[in-house]
Amino acid sequence: MTAAVSRPRPRGASRKARKWSASLAWFVLVWVAAIAFFLPVLWMVLTAFKPETAAYSYPPKWTFSPTLSEFRSVFSRGIGPFLENSLFATLVSTLLVLLLALPAAYALSIRPVTKWRDSLFFFISTKMLPIVAAIVPIYIVARDVHLLDNVYALVLLYAAMNLPIAVWMLRSFMLEVPGEVLEAARIDGASLFREITRVIMPIIMPGIAASALICIIFAWNEFFFAVNLTSTVAATMPVFLVGFITSEGLFWAQLSAAATVASVPIIIIGWIAQKQLVRGLSMGALK
Amino acid sequence: MTVVEQVTRRARTRRVTPTAPSARQRWTRRLPLLPALIYMIVITQIPFIVTLWYSLENWNLTSNAKARFTGLSNYASVFTDANYRNSLVVSVIMTAVAVIVSMVLAVALALLLNQKVLGRGLARTLLITPFLIMPVASALLWKTTMLDPTYGLVNWLLSPFGVHHVAWLSSHPLGSIIVVLIWRWTPFMTLIVLAGLQGQPLDVLEAARVDGAGALVIFRRMIFPHLRPYIELGTLLGSIYIVNTFDEVYSMTQGGPGTSTTNMPYYLYEQAFQAYNIGGAAALGVITVIIVMIIATFALRLIASVFRFEEAVG
Repeated sequence: MTAAVSRPRPRGASRKARKWSASLAWFVLVWVAAIAFFLPVLWMVLTAFKPETAAYSYPPKWTFSPTLSEFRSVFSRGIGPFLENSLFATLVSTLLVLLLALPAAYALSIRPVTKWRDSLFFFISTKMLPIVAAIVPIYIVARDVHLLDNVYALVLLYAAMNLPIAVWMLRSFMLEVPGEVLEAARIDGASLFREITRVIMPIIMPGIAASALICIIFAWNEFFFAVNLTSTVAATMPVFLVGFITSEGLFWAQLSAAATVASVPIIIIGWIAQKQLVRGLSMGALK
Repeated sequence: MTVVEQVTRRARTRRVTPTAPSARQRWTRRLPLLPALIYMIVITQIPFIVTLWYSLENWNLTSNAKARFTGLSNYASVFTDANYRNSLVVSVIMTAVAVIVSMVLAVALALLLNQKVLGRGLARTLLITPFLIMPVASALLWKTTMLDPTYGLVNWLLSPFGVHHVAWLSSHPLGSIIVVLIWRWTPFMTLIVLAGLQGQPLDVLEAARVDGAGALVIFRRMIFPHLRPYIELGTLLGSIYIVNTFDEVYSMTQGGPGTSTTNMPYYLYEQAFQAYNIGGAAALGVITVIIVMIIATFALRLIASVFRFEEAVG
């Protein structure tokens, strides 16, 4: 790839050609990899627009006359309440996360408590405990306080699931707030509430949005709590999808349509938040 | 992109107040932290303590008998239970293979994505999609439209290579799940490695190239040492997440055929929600926590040491 210095320099034209073919090779490799990883998602969306008979064909059909009939059957199958529950659990839990995480991140960055390091590590360590190990007592407590099959149980658990990520992310954004701005607010005698809502929040709004989007992605996709703690009333989208397990032999196009409805909104949100994704996924260790 | 240096620098230059804050001041500082802290303790720590308690009891939800204290007998049966040992082995294979292959792919992909090629942003966007899609949705579609022996896309794509109508999920169940896990987690690891790669100044690499260093030497001597902490972080975080794999097992194989894909989380789920063996499931949970905590200790130490810790401001 690189010529040793001792070798005679290639003439301008051939060097240019070699450089060009190298960048073509990189281009092909990058796009082959990207398409390979994207293919199952593309196939899901394509299958969703097929009539059921075209979904079962060998060789697989890449061209067909698209139809919305499978989306219509998904909605007549009663996807509505599941969508509503998912939306409610996701949005309310994210709101709760922000309410708790904003002041906590403040107390770990701008005016830190003395043991801010320990507190940060406490938050991150809860993220590392396997949730399967906590499900038994959570189930029993939920049963005893009549929160089984109740969407608020999911709200409380999803908030706990996402709170550590939000605290870490918001903290890293708050550290970027210029010190002069904070001092000016303090000299003006702003209360804690005013300092957070009027001074800090407007500056870190992009950070708040990114944290919220990441909480939304994780809450929307969550399945383990949903399948164990809900049944008919409070079940969410992933639970609706696994309802196809018993009948999936017959309804591939319909399953694809349901999966598309369930995942496309979140995929788009993730694409929007992709720059912040790495910050959230590495618990704020990376930017 | 860069591990924050400006912030640390700013914190250092700021004057430190010489007097220790009074007790009253300390409490006003603690106040905003308390709601989040208490919330996390109540929802995450108390259940673990309760799990510890349940694990010492003989309690089955199907019988009306009250729970009785039985000491360590649940642990004894866990350690003599062949199914538990099997689930442990399945978990280890699943996690190790998925993490190692994902990380190797991630380093390759990150090196690719770090090149200036046409449409790099779009390629990156497409590449991260497997991580964003609902895991239950993708697992169900892998099971049906992708891996089906008759109509599946995978067999069609592999047919030029002499593969015909392989029933992947019944002949290679664990391998199939591992492939889906690799597909889902490689994007996650790629993002972490890419963040590391982009933190390396390009002019240093360019200087090495001008000095006549080959691509392989540059990778081994310069890029890889720089990436090492990122690779370690990705591997540890990936291991912690993949050990907990549940969605794919539930949606694709339900732990079968037989117990060939029953990993620890799925076995615990079976014990708790199909056998209603609360004490046994709790003991399983405690052991799982201990195993994960061993990995997590390394992860926490790495995060604390390798990445310079951002200092708090005030």
